[in-house]
Amino acid sequence: MSKTVLAVGTRKGCFVLEADESRRSWSVRGPLCEGWPIYHAVFDQFDGTIYAAAASEWHGSAIWRSTDLGETWTHSSEGLAYPDGGKKLSKVSTLSVAHGRVRAGVEAPGIFESRDRGDTWSLLSNLEGQPGSELWDDPANQPPGHLGISGLTADPDDAERFWAIVQGMGMFETTDGGSSWTPRNRGLRADWPREHEEVGFCVHKVVRSRTDGNRMYQQNHVGMHRSDDAGISWTEITEGLPTEFGFAAAVHPHDRDTFFVIPLDPGHGRVMPDGKAAVWRTQDAGSSWQRSDRGLPQQDAHLGVLRQGMAADTYDVPGYYFGTSTGQIFASADDGESWAEIASYLPAISSVDVAIVD
Amino acid sequence: MADLHLPMTVLPLFAGLPRRLDVEAATVVAAIDELDAQWPGLRDRLCEAGPAIRPHIHVYVDGTRAQLDTPLADRSRVDVIAAISGG
Repeated sequence: MSKTVLAVGTRKGCFVLEADESRRSWSVRGPLCEGWPIYHAVFDQFDGTIYAAAASEWHGSAIWRSTDLGETWTHSSEGLAYPDGGKKLSKVSTLSVAHGRVRAGVEAPGIFESRDRGDTWSLLSNLEGQPGSELWDDPANQPPGHLGISGLTADPDDAERFWAIVQGMGMFETTDGGSSWTPRNRGLRADWPREHEEVGFCVHKVVRSRTDGNRMYQQNHVGMHRSDDAGISWTEITEGLPTEFGFAAAVHPHDRDTFFVIPLDPGHGRVMPDGKAAVWRTQDAGSSWQRSDRGLPQQDAHLGVLRQGMAADTYDVPGYYFGTSTGQIFASADDGESWAEIASYLPAISSVDVAIVD
Repeated sequence: MADLHLPMTVLPLFAGLPRRLDVEAATVVAAIDELDAQWPGLRDRLCEAGPAIRPHIHVYVDGTRAQLDTPLADRSRVDVIAAISGG
């Protein structure tokens, strides 16, 4: 019988949750990775290996790896540094795993790659030459959340093609393994002046349909957006949502038109509006939206969810999971119709990923 | 032979790494290299690119704040401290 396993990155270590296929009863293990702050924990969906991007204030950045669902761990940062005297690598922000390649997005902006399952790393690209990139390392040009690679999206059919999000700048696509890049921000909105036509957009999160590689959804600082051509152009689909702001998003594993998002108050709070927790779902590619809040707290629930904090499994009736910045994990085992709190007192959650393991 | 003391936070990261150990080295960086040879990756946990001692790691030689090139005497005591930080 298959197991459903969550890898949860938190401010105080990685946690692993397990359930059977019914996804009703969950066990929790952790804190793992010696309690290091984990910014993004992901599965290699091919073999169930967990990789966790960590940055300790004392001991620096490293990628942790577990091949036994979190029971034992190793870590490495060999090669995970800019050349001496160059840019400073202050944090490993995000990971992606596909085709036997593990990629790490870091700040200052750059992408490192490992082809030996995280034992050693080398700099793949810092997107040099992209419009405005000469200012990315200027401290005076940093946004409050710092400027790094905040998301990487692999192409399951092409090892050389992937997308990278540069925080506050936009999304970029490479089709040659990071040698060259093209901005993919056409049609996006920006409520601030920009120096370059194709960059300067605040892309929070991009997810790509498993059934139609051309279909992407994007939660932006300003608005929800959809692409039907793999990011070449974007159409805004915010209308019907309570706010235009948010971070987390998940796409239905079998239906390209169904997509989930968690709108947040765009001010300082960045929590779900009115103290009422809700996920919003479209089943028609963003033409209309429905609120999904059955089982979620509807009073005094000031919950925030970060950009890597939501995941979808691949069962016939899909399950969805999100973790909050106040340490709760909520799960739906019925395609987003209802939710249950499956963990309550974890440290602040930065990421949630899910795998089905035999 | 320097008498070297490591912070608790680094011990779980490397199998068999003791809290205190004797190291034959002429400088702080040579002592750290010696440890790295026995526990690969340990240097990266104490030093950053530059190379330099990580900002939240402090090294003291015989009670005085040290840098990587600080010399060690035959019976120096070397304390590697994880700064008081976090919460």
